[in-house]
Amino acid sequence: MTRTTRTTALVLALTGALALSACGGGGFEEEGASSAPASASGPANLTMLIASSGDAETNAVKAAADAWAQKSGNKVTVTVASDMNQQLAQGFASGKPADVFYMDASRFADYAKNGSLYPYADQLSDNSDFYEPLRQTFTYEGKQYCAPKDFSTLALEINTDSWEKAGLTDADVPTTWDQLEAVSKKLTTKDQVGLGIGVGIDRLGAFVVQNGGWWLSDDGKSASADTPAVTDALEYVQRNVKAGNFKMSNQLDSGWGGEAFGTGKAAMTIEGNWIKGAVKNDYPDLKYKTVELPAGPAGKGTLQFTQCWGVASDSKAQAQAVDLVKSLTTVDQQMAFADAFGVMPSRQSAADQYKSKFPEDAPFIAGGEYGHGPINAPGMEQVVADLNSKLESFGNANLPQVLEGFDTNAGSALGQ
Amino acid sequence: MSTADTVAERGTTAGTGSGRAPRRRRRGDGQRQSTAGWLFVTPTLVVLGLFLVIPILMAIWVSFTDWTGRGSPFSSRVGFVGTENYQALLTEQGLSRQDFMISLRNTFYYVVGVVPLQTVLALGLAVIVNQRFLKGRTFFRTAFYFPSVVSSVAISLVFLFLFTGTGAVNQFLGIFGIDGPTWFSDPRGLIHLAGQGLGLWSIDAPPGALADHQVMSLSLWDWFSGPSVALSAIMLQVVWTTAGTFMLMFLAALQDLPTEVEEAALVDGANRWQRFRAVTVPHLRPTILLVVTLGVIGTWQVFDQMYVMTQGGPAKTTLTPAYLSYTAAFGQQQWGQGAAMAFLLFVLIFVLTTFQRFVLRDKDEAAAKKARRAQQRAAKKKEATA
Repeated sequence: MTRTTRTTALVLALTGALALSACGGGGFEEEGASSAPASASGPANLTMLIASSGDAETNAVKAAADAWAQKSGNKVTVTVASDMNQQLAQGFASGKPADVFYMDASRFADYAKNGSLYPYADQLSDNSDFYEPLRQTFTYEGKQYCAPKDFSTLALEINTDSWEKAGLTDADVPTTWDQLEAVSKKLTTKDQVGLGIGVGIDRLGAFVVQNGGWWLSDDGKSASADTPAVTDALEYVQRNVKAGNFKMSNQLDSGWGGEAFGTGKAAMTIEGNWIKGAVKNDYPDLKYKTVELPAGPAGKGTLQFTQCWGVASDSKAQAQAVDLVKSLTTVDQQMAFADAFGVMPSRQSAADQYKSKFPEDAPFIAGGEYGHGPINAPGMEQVVADLNSKLESFGNANLPQVLEGFDTNAGSALGQ
Repeated sequence: MSTADTVAERGTTAGTGSGRAPRRRRRGDGQRQSTAGWLFVTPTLVVLGLFLVIPILMAIWVSFTDWTGRGSPFSSRVGFVGTENYQALLTEQGLSRQDFMISLRNTFYYVVGVVPLQTVLALGLAVIVNQRFLKGRTFFRTAFYFPSVVSSVAISLVFLFLFTGTGAVNQFLGIFGIDGPTWFSDPRGLIHLAGQGLGLWSIDAPPGALADHQVMSLSLWDWFSGPSVALSAIMLQVVWTTAGTFMLMFLAALQDLPTEVEEAALVDGANRWQRFRAVTVPHLRPTILLVVTLGVIGTWQVFDQMYVMTQGGPAKTTLTPAYLSYTAAFGQQQWGQGAAMAFLLFVLIFVLTTFQRFVLRDKDEAAAKKARRAQQRAAKKKEATA
């Protein structure tokens, strides 16, 4: 039994890799459609590799997987990775990867390019229900590979005590860059800065999006950082950093924006919905509210962070794996995950339910409509790391030179 | 050293069965012995082969391919790319070479700082705890050795807290009115800082002569940065943790030092420093060679601290070849380049260690060995012509 399925999988893999022009027989290598899933006969034994944020997430995912296993008569073993990248890489190299796994958006393109991922999105009947930007994030060379698991977006958190102390009211909540600059100046005191921002393009990028720019062109084939849309956005932040009403988290001796915010070194910060849990655990007395990020010259913009349910192309039971993913991405299941460990559903049809249950998260979920996913072209990780390292001392960074360098590096990485 | 040499020599004579004349008569016996010998070492050879030789050969192969980490590196999908991975690291202008050169620069300063410090500190500690009349000797030995036993990951985490901007170290410095840096997020190089302190240059506006000249993707200004503040904090930690292990080696050697020799020096009127210089240190030469060699190898391969504490930051100033190789392979799926880095690092360590053995060799012994070899060669020649 197993031998036949293994041979089938091997044949499939070989045909895919060699990209043989369709000659008689085959017929499942249609353009744009995924190849027929390898299906294990009899009860399948699936393995699932997850990077868990804690017991709550682990237990919730295990419960969901067990429920599917019960119903479908298969078996699922959930493993929590201690080092996700390493364990994923080991699995792919050995030819026996986990069947289902978390796939981070920033790593997705590399794995899609080397053929480790099985594209199954076209088998999802209600695929269009997932937010469009999220689906774009998991699209490589025109093909969406996997179903977005959930997502997070950035919003503006405001320390309400500092806000009131500075004499500001609800009417002053900033909705434009000018207003943000004005309120941050009012909020800046001797031991508190108006706005504390985490280091790197995962925060600064929000300003770039608000200014209508992006690091890469829309098709992801060329670099576009050295353009006025990007430069102006970063210069706006840099000007305020130099003036002292914005500060980067490393100037505030903090590991991230949430720490600067929680310890009172910053009156406002730009972070995602994960800040809820951090505040609850580490700074339970902090009073704050969350609002949408102010719009820039080009309108509203934020960044989205997401993962998808990856299915391995070397999996022996792809049909069962896809079925499992379907059950994990239903509205009910996504709401159960949201309850258990605070993630936001990736389905638009779950948005209303989520908003009524977690009204304070409305600013985050609003970002699902207009947010931008991470850089997701293959080979870009090193280039992005280089950009981040050059933006570390942001106040003194020579922006035109840094962005020009990024374009050069990205150009050669994308050309490969 | 000399005993080890003779043992090794005896070993080879017994193993090959050829050698000195009286043995030749019992050659059959020798052959049987050698078969038995091979049988005894087979398990070790299998284990070494399986877990050392084969993986190394595989890694060499990977470093010449474009393997992306999927499936076996020997499958037909994997392309042989020749020396492309090595070229990207050494000869081609680009990010890969820039990062690799940064990592070499960082580690160079790291080695130059750590190895002498840890050797001197270990020797000093060993001499102190070797004193016969020291009270609580066992306590000090345990205390000095303790950091070496604790996991480097645990120590790294403790150091992260000690060296935060408001951590214990800065509070201590604050007592003396020194405003300490935010250690692990400070990318400024020590040479840069020293130059600025002396008024030679300003870090924000580096002198054009240095900043405009590029050598191997880095400007001269970057090459001569010195270790960053962040890297220096890691260096302190490593010196502190490794000194104990090396102290133990020095201590073992010191206890071999015959008391009579020291007493003779004492009778000759040598003072404490003279005895240390002329008796103790020469006696410790083989141990110093060992400690320095292990130190150099260990420091060039440094990985744990970067993985746990800094991930190469701030501004890549704690990037090391070992950590870079890891991120290239597991992060960017550029396995060929990761393997190529590992081999370049190996070559570098090999060359440096060989050079250092040459410098620290016992000159008298080397001369004697040379003479002995010449004699043997002459004898063989004679035998052949006879």
